[in-house]
Amino acid sequence: MNNGPTIQPFRIHDCSLAAIATGRRAQNLRELRDHIRDVNADSLYYHFWGSRLRPKFDEPVYNNDFASWAHHALRDEIVAERLSVVDPRDHRTLEGLRQELLDIVDFRLDEQEMVPWSKTDEQFSFIRSQIVVFDTGVSVRTPRELIAAIPGLSTSSVFYHFIDARRRTSDGRDDFTVWLEAQQGDFAALVDGLAEVDHYFVTLSSLRDRITEVATRWTGVEVTS
Amino acid sequence: MTALLERYAAITGGDVVDKLRRLARPLRGMRVVHVNSTRAGGGVAEILHKLLPLLNELDIPTDWEIIEGDAEYYQCTKSFHNGLQGETVTIPDALLRHFEETNRRNAERLSDTLRDADVVFIHDPQPAPLLRMLPRRRGTWVWRCHIDVRRPYRPVWNYLRQWVADYDASIFSLSDFAQPLPHPQYLIPPSIDPLSEKNIDLEAGEIDAVYGRFGIDRARPMILQVSRYDRFKDPVGVIQAYRIAKRFVPGLQLVLAGGGADDDPEGEAVLREVHAAADGDDDVHVLLLPSDAHRVINALQRAADIVLQKSTREGFGLTVTEAMWKGKPVIGGNTGGIRLQVMNHHTGFLVSTPEGAALRIRYLLHNRERREHMGALAREFVRDNFLLTRHVGEYLTLMLLLKNGQDNRVLLR
Repeated sequence: MNNGPTIQPFRIHDCSLAAIATGRRAQNLRELRDHIRDVNADSLYYHFWGSRLRPKFDEPVYNNDFASWAHHALRDEIVAERLSVVDPRDHRTLEGLRQELLDIVDFRLDEQEMVPWSKTDEQFSFIRSQIVVFDTGVSVRTPRELIAAIPGLSTSSVFYHFIDARRRTSDGRDDFTVWLEAQQGDFAALVDGLAEVDHYFVTLSSLRDRITEVATRWTGVEVTS
Repeated sequence: MTALLERYAAITGGDVVDKLRRLARPLRGMRVVHVNSTRAGGGVAEILHKLLPLLNELDIPTDWEIIEGDAEYYQCTKSFHNGLQGETVTIPDALLRHFEETNRRNAERLSDTLRDADVVFIHDPQPAPLLRMLPRRRGTWVWRCHIDVRRPYRPVWNYLRQWVADYDASIFSLSDFAQPLPHPQYLIPPSIDPLSEKNIDLEAGEIDAVYGRFGIDRARPMILQVSRYDRFKDPVGVIQAYRIAKRFVPGLQLVLAGGGADDDPEGEAVLREVHAAADGDDDVHVLLLPSDAHRVINALQRAADIVLQKSTREGFGLTVTEAMWKGKPVIGGNTGGIRLQVMNHHTGFLVSTPEGAALRIRYLLHNRERREHMGALAREFVRDNFLLTRHVGEYLTLMLLLKNGQDNRVLLR
């Protein structure tokens, strides 16, 4: 396996996210539907990805804020479960994602005689975000250097390269994978390992640990083969 | 890295401080001014005391100005505060005119500083009219609201809205507090400073000393609430909870520790209500501490078995963060910013009544392991989310975004 120097180094970036209230709030499933229909697509980005950088206590049970709210505030497990399996990678644009969310909520509204409501102080607040991205000044030239660098990345850097990247790349891949596939050599096993990391159900620090595990395992295989 | 930044790096990790330096680099030399209504007492003053040195350390020259007012002015602004937190208040026109006139005088006094600043942060309603009274300003102005304005008394909000609508942006602690305004409303929770006297580690002897000083029996359980004497902090409700819990934990002691804030004229009246509710109970210690008693509060928080913050309205609740940082589970009112910190059944308990608080007091006092486990989780939650370094990072991000227009994505070169 060729593991020599590469031409284009991988430049490690970091980011900082600002959350902005949109002023839109939903207290029942119908209002949620209407706001999903009308809200800026940036808000959908926030509620699937951006909120990962905001204060959160536990490992997330749901992969997006809509499903979480349906469970915790509406107590409608059926729509919560349906919303929880929405995979943004199925959509090339946020508009496609919006349509799938609308279909699920509309279907649920059609199923019921009553619209599920939340308490007044458990309303869903739609948030959008702005993001500042900067080059950390650190770059790596080989996959081994990248693997060595991953445990030292900040959680926001992990967010930028492994989660945010899926919106920036045309086929929804993370930055590590895109860079590795452009290198000379066979990194298929490492890329496959990264693809198996489900970033939705772990905290960002746990995500960094899992990526490190995958990379370390690949290094071990490589050394012994 | 400077000595101060190194001290933060030792607590948060070097990557966090390095990130601050990179975010600050494009802002170097910008002149920033914060304006609020008091230099002592209350969470806003505490935050500014710690925020400014760090911004200056990052080469962003930052000043802090205080709006000057008399008793009538503070009576008016306290009514704003109560009204914004949902209380029905009536504010006579004469008081509103006095409020405006006080701001006009302060605008004249501060005009040179504020007109030349690149970014001005105006904290809470007290100085909000300054913007309209300085039409020839050059910088970006941001209104920072620290209050729980989820359900304001509308006439008060409508009056204040005229003063804040023209700002370039506003900041709220939670999305639930955001109001319809014609500018971006950023969401930034407050923070505590792990290096401040209020939060640094203390020697055991200093913690032990508070028992003797305040006549607390260290052999018996002690619960604590630290806050200004303000009805929204519900100190009387805490005494009720203590009374219920004491029936099951006869040795229980309660400490209510608070001070006044320069801009709070109602403190004395509430303190009288608290003394009346305590009714001479020797195990209820009502302490009136000076605004600089940071180490004493630190020691009391560390000495307590459980910390309460049974507020009925709360913008954020820095005393909750402080207690959690000291590894204490917190029993907090199910409201406002407390909900952002107290993860029910994980870092403490959210309660709605004195009875609910009493139940959780009993539970935690009878489950030492659970108490310690919750406390440990609480400390790590604060480390990850509510330390000053995170707060400064969000201020820097906001300033970068304001400087670079409204693009959703700004790439620093």
